[in-house]
Amino acid sequence: MSDLMTDKETKVKMSDHHQSEFLKIVGGVAKNPLGLIGLIIVGVFVFCAVFANWIVPHDPIGMNIKDRLQGPSTTYFLGTDQLGRDTFSRLIMGSQVALKVALPAVFGAMFIGLTLGMIAGYGPRWLDNFLSLIFDTIRSFPTVMFALAVVALVGPSLQTVVFVVMATSIPIYGRVARTQTLALRNSEFILAERSMGASLFRILGIHMMPNIIGVLSVLAAMDIPTVIALEAGLSFLGLGVKPPTPSWGSLLKDGYALIRQTPWLIVAGGLPIIIATLGFTFLGETLRDVVDPRLRKTR
Amino acid sequence: MITYTIRRLALAALILFVAVTAMFLMIRAVPGDPVQIMLGPRATPELQASLTAALGLDQPIWKQLVIFYSKMMQGDLGVDVFSGRSVTHIVMQQLPYTLELIFASIIWSALLGVIFGAYAAANPNTLWDRMIAFISVSFIAAPAFVIALLSLLVFAVQLRWFPAIGVGEGFWSRLHHVVLPAFAIGLSWVGYIARLVRASMLEVLGEHHIRTARAFGLAERRIIMVYALRIAILPVITVIGVGMGFLLSAAVFAEIVFARPGLGKLVIDSITTRNYPVVMGAVLVSTGLFVLSTAISDIVNAWLDPRSRQSL
Repeated sequence: MSDLMTDKETKVKMSDHHQSEFLKIVGGVAKNPLGLIGLIIVGVFVFCAVFANWIVPHDPIGMNIKDRLQGPSTTYFLGTDQLGRDTFSRLIMGSQVALKVALPAVFGAMFIGLTLGMIAGYGPRWLDNFLSLIFDTIRSFPTVMFALAVVALVGPSLQTVVFVVMATSIPIYGRVARTQTLALRNSEFILAERSMGASLFRILGIHMMPNIIGVLSVLAAMDIPTVIALEAGLSFLGLGVKPPTPSWGSLLKDGYALIRQTPWLIVAGGLPIIIATLGFTFLGETLRDVVDPRLRKTR
Repeated sequence: MITYTIRRLALAALILFVAVTAMFLMIRAVPGDPVQIMLGPRATPELQASLTAALGLDQPIWKQLVIFYSKMMQGDLGVDVFSGRSVTHIVMQQLPYTLELIFASIIWSALLGVIFGAYAAANPNTLWDRMIAFISVSFIAAPAFVIALLSLLVFAVQLRWFPAIGVGEGFWSRLHHVVLPAFAIGLSWVGYIARLVRASMLEVLGEHHIRTARAFGLAERRIIMVYALRIAILPVITVIGVGMGFLLSAAVFAEIVFARPGLGKLVIDSITTRNYPVVMGAVLVSTGLFVLSTAISDIVNAWLDPRSRQSL
């Protein structure tokens, strides 16, 4: 009985510890003005994406030909496009698409990269060489060219974009995880664990991973803007999200086609991308300095 | 050094081999008739028959790969579905435009980035330093294709300072045409290089020969411009090689936005017309370019800094 109590107590303490750690990181980020700006921008962005359906003043795909190509007004904050669809509503809904691509792609890539990187760093030499070669090979394609080749083969869709992003960023996470694992594989706590006969899964999953995940999360935070830009870029080329789904990229696509008629579509599609990338970059940079000041040197 | 060069080039060849093989197998892995997938739905039956024979699709897969490679070694990347022209010829025709754009972007962004970085390092922790740091981060984050669109909107369509489409004829006209796309591609590199130069400059400024120069009473300006910058600038050279992939990616968008000929425009146009041999040829050439430039920058780096030779 007493055993159970202590166990429970340690668990509570543990979660307390984790929470305070988290709050400490957030507090550290918010103390930096750049970090605070990043936090606010990312907060607004996530809020827009989650509550998009309730925020939009008009139907983002509802056409109203009578009011087409209007400038900003009190009814249409950012004007309308060539089909009379409200640009502001499309912009808000576009944030949802951006997040829908960025989150699964980045977290998926991080998880797979982490696993492969740890295996490469901890496993036998030949496996390390093999995985490193695979990483190098994937990195040898210029990202957009690789994306275009894949889209050409399997056709454009949201899943294709997610796949391309995952495939191209797995090596980045994998390489970092591998280097960290190599540095830690002969440290005392791992040797102790091994001498006690812990399984490979236990060593990597419970003892190695917590030491790597911090660095990788920072990388992930800094990777999100790249992913958002890539999704928008592919949609701009007409090779990403299919119409009529509103995406920032497709707003830009329409804006580009109508550049001599109205500047508002390009402004409305371009500014959120720039602001969102700035927000995530500021957040990522500050997060990196707070979580691991050693990384600052490599910038 | 020679051993390193040979080993690094061998690695580059291996990577390229794996990449090309992966691409070849990817085409096979997609369900459906490979001839139809490679040629697209608009190919004529004669072309399909000739490609089936040329690729030896009745042969086992390893033999197909051998045929594919032996043709590639002779510079044969297949033929355009519509015109029947050689893909190698088409790609090589577009390549100079892309290279022109990329070099223009590198030159202006490296110049400005080095000046920013050196100035920030010479005046560390001042207001200027912080402002340059802020500008660098913001520039790095800016996606090239959005910058391209906004600069097209502002400087070409609204203000009409620069042409909106094409590459121009003659040196001045070409320069005039390349300004906006090179601006869009280079912007994030200004920030990147500024940060790199600042970091390496601060490191160099702490070294003995700089202290000696100061002790001799040389002007601070001369110390920074001549003695420190010469060393601090080295990482920039190597980073540009590695950054070739990013530049090629950014160039795709800049070429589309400004309707310039080039590899990116070629790929996009070929995707919309489902002209797969051209897509694959262009992707292959740009990948080869990237692998080569990474290898060269590694070798230059090893030449400049013998410590890095051990890391292969």
